[in-house]
Amino acid sequence: MLIMAGGAAVSPLVFQLAIFVLAIFVGYYVVWSVTPALHTPLMAVTNAISSVIIVGALIAVAAGTQGGSQISTWTGVVAVALCAVNIFGGFLVTQRMLAMYKKKER
Amino acid sequence: MFQLSANTAAVLYTVSAVLFILALRGLSSPETSRRGNTYGMVGIAIAIVTTVLVAGLGGKGLLLAGGGLAVGGTIGAVIARKIPMTDMPQLVAAFHSLVGLAAVLVALAAFFSPGSFGILDADGAIKAGSLVELSLGAGIGAITFTGSLIAFAKLNGNMSGSPIMLPARHLINIALGVGFFFLVGMLMSTGGSEPWMMWALIGITLILGFTLIIPIGGADMPVVVSMLNSYSGWAAAALGFTLGNLALIITGALVGSSGAILSYIMCKAMNRSFISVILGGFGGDAGSAAAGDQPERPVKRGSAEDAAFIMKNASKVIIVPGYGLAVAQAQHAIREMVDKLKEEGVDVSYAIHPVAGRMPGHMNVLLAEANVPYDEVFELEDINSEFANTDVAFVIGANDVTNPAAKTDPTSPIAGMPILDVDKAATVLFVKRSLSPGYAGIDNDLFYRDNTMMLLADAKKMVEEIIKAL
Repeated sequence: MLIMAGGAAVSPLVFQLAIFVLAIFVGYYVVWSVTPALHTPLMAVTNAISSVIIVGALIAVAAGTQGGSQISTWTGVVAVALCAVNIFGGFLVTQRMLAMYKKKER
Repeated sequence: MFQLSANTAAVLYTVSAVLFILALRGLSSPETSRRGNTYGMVGIAIAIVTTVLVAGLGGKGLLLAGGGLAVGGTIGAVIARKIPMTDMPQLVAAFHSLVGLAAVLVALAAFFSPGSFGILDADGAIKAGSLVELSLGAGIGAITFTGSLIAFAKLNGNMSGSPIMLPARHLINIALGVGFFFLVGMLMSTGGSEPWMMWALIGITLILGFTLIIPIGGADMPVVVSMLNSYSGWAAAALGFTLGNLALIITGALVGSSGAILSYIMCKAMNRSFISVILGGFGGDAGSAAAGDQPERPVKRGSAEDAAFIMKNASKVIIVPGYGLAVAQAQHAIREMVDKLKEEGVDVSYAIHPVAGRMPGHMNVLLAEANVPYDEVFELEDINSEFANTDVAFVIGANDVTNPAAKTDPTSPIAGMPILDVDKAATVLFVKRSLSPGYAGIDNDLFYRDNTMMLLADAKKMVEEIIKAL
């Protein structure tokens, strides 16, 4: 799986690396614009979205049940469960916190 | 079963990454934050469905994955509903440990089924690059896992908050670090054919997470929690490279930089370098011993009635809450007191130091929980100039963040730390359980000033008595 750029072959790893570096910059600017009052919800929600690693866990289950190692099946299932705790717990607790922030009634 | 093409999947993963960026972007103001959170949920749902379709989970796989999702999801939902807001720091630490462990497990799965993950080279060995990514993912994940467990135990009170100093701890950490890189090298040279190397690598990094965090004192926990937040992101990104998954790479980068920025903000608010926090040892017994040799100095003590009288006759009051407020669960009582004061025509606002509480923004959440409108709550730089024309600064459960020694005493451990200038207010009311020094173990000069009145009692009881007297 090679990608052509300017006639020469570039490994997909380089493209992934480019996306990674750009995403760090996006993260940098977006996070600096977060109001300090919402830093706790920020941590809760980043925790929830980092559980997107569940993608890897699901691939592990698929790999294990389709001829891969049994170890992959079970590490995958446990990882899916751990990520699910985080996804549901993280987003719901963030939602609960954000619902509490109210403006002054005038 | 319907199978998604790799290209469609990549587009969908990008969509979910964009939704995650919007989720963080929403947090720039409380009004947009709730919509942002919804974007985040949609993003993760898209990522999960896409993976199920592209990985072609069979019947058994679907059943197993669905079971894991249901069990984990239920546990998570129950925790999210039940957790008291005062316990948010330890909850976040616990959640980080789960991400770390999940990263270790995913790395193991890829290591044992390299063919299905598409990381084999032509000779049937695991690609060297993939081994590096897997090792980094597993290693950072393992450090995040045990490190967060220690942070959890310290924040939750299962373990003393004071630093535990192992002899030769720097040497131990360096040795473990060298061992890690040595094992990565060995894995690469054998093409991953020796599973014990992967297990040893995970074992070493599990120990490293433990030895890195135990010497760090409770006062530095806001930095540690932010740092572990960052690590969980880098672990996810490393595995994203192995899986060639854009959602993981982008999300990992976002979370990694978010945690790093928060650690930076926390360090700056304490005027400490990141390195000195990581090396640990702050907040031990040295500070309190130094405070011990000073002769006892006179303090002005007051009663709830005195405090009520002073505040009722003031025109402007600023409340300075700290972690003690959370411990005493006094946030609702404070809000009630402020309501009474407002009825008397007193102008009241709140001032929050960035490191008040045990995690970034902790006090803001507690005040929001007590229905304090967020536009009455101000950050240090926005309110600090106001103290000079304030009649009463009401400090409750905060100590080090108000200590003038940070400005006047260059030898103080907190020298140079930005503080709330409560000493500039006409009167300072200081609610505290005893005259003992704060978490950093430093005596506070403010207690002995003429314009300070100490209200020595449990924060909640004192506030309730003040309410009665108003």
